[in-house]
Amino acid sequence: MNILRRLCLALFPVWFALCAASGAVAADTPYTFDNPEHEARYKRLIAELRCLVCQNQNIEDSHASLAQDLRAEVYQQVTRGASEEAVVAYLVDRYGDFVRYRPPFKPSTALLWLGPALLVGVGGWIAWRTIRRHTPAAGPSVTEEEEESLT
Amino acid sequence: MTPELGHLALILAACLAAVQAVFPLVGAQRGWGAWVAVARPAALGQCLFLLMAFAALAHAFVVGDYSVVYVARNSNSLLPLQYRIAATWGAHEGSLLLWVTILGLWSGAVALRSRALPPAFAARVLGVMGLVSFGFLAFLLITSNPFARVLPALEDGQDLNPLLQDIGLVMHPPILYTGYVGFAVAFGFAIASLLDGRFDAAWARWARPWTLVAWIFLTIGIALGSWWAYYELGWGGWWFWDPVENASFMPWLAGTALLHSLATSDKRGLFRSWTLLLAVTAFALSLLGTFLVRSGVLTSVHAFASDPARGIFILGLLALVIGGSLALYAWRAPKLGAVSTGFTPVSRESLLLANNVLLAAATASVLLGTVYPLLVEALGLGKISVGAPYFNSVFVPLALAIGMLMPLGSAARWKSDNAKRLAGQVKYAAAAACVIGLAFGFAVLRDSIWVSIVGTVVAAWIVVGTAMALAERAKASGWQNLSRSVWGMGVAHLGVAVAIVGVAVSASASLEVHRKLSVGESADVAGYRFTLSSVDEVTGPNYRALEGTVHVTRNGAPVATLSPQKRAYGVRGMAMTEAGIDPGITRDLYVSLGEQLEGGAWSARLYVKPFVRCIWLGALLMAAGGLIAVSDRRFRETRTVSRSRVAGPAAAGGVG
Repeated sequence: MNILRRLCLALFPVWFALCAASGAVAADTPYTFDNPEHEARYKRLIAELRCLVCQNQNIEDSHASLAQDLRAEVYQQVTRGASEEAVVAYLVDRYGDFVRYRPPFKPSTALLWLGPALLVGVGGWIAWRTIRRHTPAAGPSVTEEEEESLT
Repeated sequence: MTPELGHLALILAACLAAVQAVFPLVGAQRGWGAWVAVARPAALGQCLFLLMAFAALAHAFVVGDYSVVYVARNSNSLLPLQYRIAATWGAHEGSLLLWVTILGLWSGAVALRSRALPPAFAARVLGVMGLVSFGFLAFLLITSNPFARVLPALEDGQDLNPLLQDIGLVMHPPILYTGYVGFAVAFGFAIASLLDGRFDAAWARWARPWTLVAWIFLTIGIALGSWWAYYELGWGGWWFWDPVENASFMPWLAGTALLHSLATSDKRGLFRSWTLLLAVTAFALSLLGTFLVRSGVLTSVHAFASDPARGIFILGLLALVIGGSLALYAWRAPKLGAVSTGFTPVSRESLLLANNVLLAAATASVLLGTVYPLLVEALGLGKISVGAPYFNSVFVPLALAIGMLMPLGSAARWKSDNAKRLAGQVKYAAAAACVIGLAFGFAVLRDSIWVSIVGTVVAAWIVVGTAMALAERAKASGWQNLSRSVWGMGVAHLGVAVAIVGVAVSASASLEVHRKLSVGESADVAGYRFTLSSVDEVTGPNYRALEGTVHVTRNGAPVATLSPQKRAYGVRGMAMTEAGIDPGITRDLYVSLGEQLEGGAWSARLYVKPFVRCIWLGALLMAAGGLIAVSDRRFRETRTVSRSRVAGPAAAGGVG
């Protein structure tokens, strides 16, 4: 039911018909780049930045007007030559870490980033102990009455 | 009147669920045969009343009874019939009713298909399922009654959310729920055996087909959801690592681990307490998913706290079920004290163990990433987002490691294998896989992103290695004597390889152009020329739309005509994007229209997505492999003993 969560898309308020009739200026203007590196940087950035008013969407996918403003901001900074880090720092400064889909590594996220490696390590260690416990002392003949448990 | 009958049926189902829980569990504990015998009729009765309640709600939708609040909020007289039926599970109350109805169907299936089991054991399985069912029925009746009336009745309904007016809503939720609710059966088996204090190889053999069928449904359900999101949401993505998606992916990962560990318990009598724990975990994750999706906690911890009635109830239920079963596990599992058999570090057992470690770590990592923002916010440490960049960097290496182990697991022998023999058997497969994978990778990948290159090599390794492992086994027994389980494994593993190709190639080689297009203008993407020929008004049953006609040519030769739409749904006044897609195994052409810009031009997004279809094709192959395995004679023998007259659990589960 993921679609239920993506109502944001459907919530942009004006009928396109009305929009067309009144000749309102749409903000979904495609951007053009002179420098392909800028374009790549822009695409990487908008894919990893969160639309703050949406349920859970990056600013690339979102139709919300805030996302359009953020895209414009990113576009301007990137074409002015700002680095990826500089753009992210600017947005984090204004909106907090919530705007980043790639959370920064800091004390409160240490467990998040190290957790998976820790899990594989601990799991691997338990598995190795289990294998050793089941390994017959001599040769591959089947032994009985081994303590049987992984946990 | 019908809604009241539905409400009554729901209350009766709750009563029968209580009966199904109390009498069999107490009876089995005390050895009272008459109480044990209550289990089956109670389960069948509960199933019947649930179906009646469900039918009553569906009826209210079909006839358009807008005096029912839930119907008035989610339907409309202009809504086409198939969506009116699907709207039954289109929002909170109805989707919970679907959840519990499917649980009722699984209970009914167990009641009909468990005659081969010792009566006390079967009674415990049904008793545990009855307990879960009672919890959810109480939740439904107390906090989320789908039959509540509004007086006076509304003139017409407020319509179903246009995003949901799609064949996706008709198919995706019932199939997905059948999958993850189906893990309730394995959960019931696990709790029953903990209560029973016995866990032998026969247990694993009984539990395997049930788990497999649930897993097949879950696999198809997730794939359907991904496909639906791909064509409906209009920006060509197919997986977003959204918490709601993760909610169904975690049980799938745990269920996949469970299938492999069940196979080991069945064939070799090993890892039994671990298998029990996995069976509990898979269902616990299904419940957690239901909590995440249904409590509103995802929007924000604060939103949850401000309207906590529903959330607290499910959280309590979750704590009770998970805490209770883990406590029981901690108490009883050490006493299972089974006779175990030995195996050496190089053996299929060890490799299956490694598979389980990696799958468990993947499951736990997805869980960590999904709940971490909630924990951080709840602890007052600020608000963070955990999204695709995190999940990709954690999950992809684990998935590739699992892929690398797969052919080894199929090639290694049980008990004890020789590292030299194993290396000798797989070395040509590995070499061939490197050549094929690299050649294919460099031929189709645009940016040659190393992860995607590794992905194509691993996929080739899975295909070649698995085929050679099957050939090796066939050398001993002959191809015609390979069991269905072995064939099923081969097909399912092939599916994993195909899905990896889809993910790796579409992720690195897709091209997107976001361009202003006026009628008559063209844009080129990856050798394809997209021309917006016209934009016309069209009228649907409950919407008006502007439909673009986009002709696609390659070197002047026509390839496809796409019809992307911008729809306006009258009742809710919502605008929707319908992508125009030309599907193909090796590439999809995808167009979605954005807004109309000044001067009448359109903001158009044009995509060429190579091999994206392989993702869902791979999932279908996995499900097909599961289906082949479930038809194995090993599992049917138990059925012959059962002398039952109905079809298999597959048919029973398929009703939902």
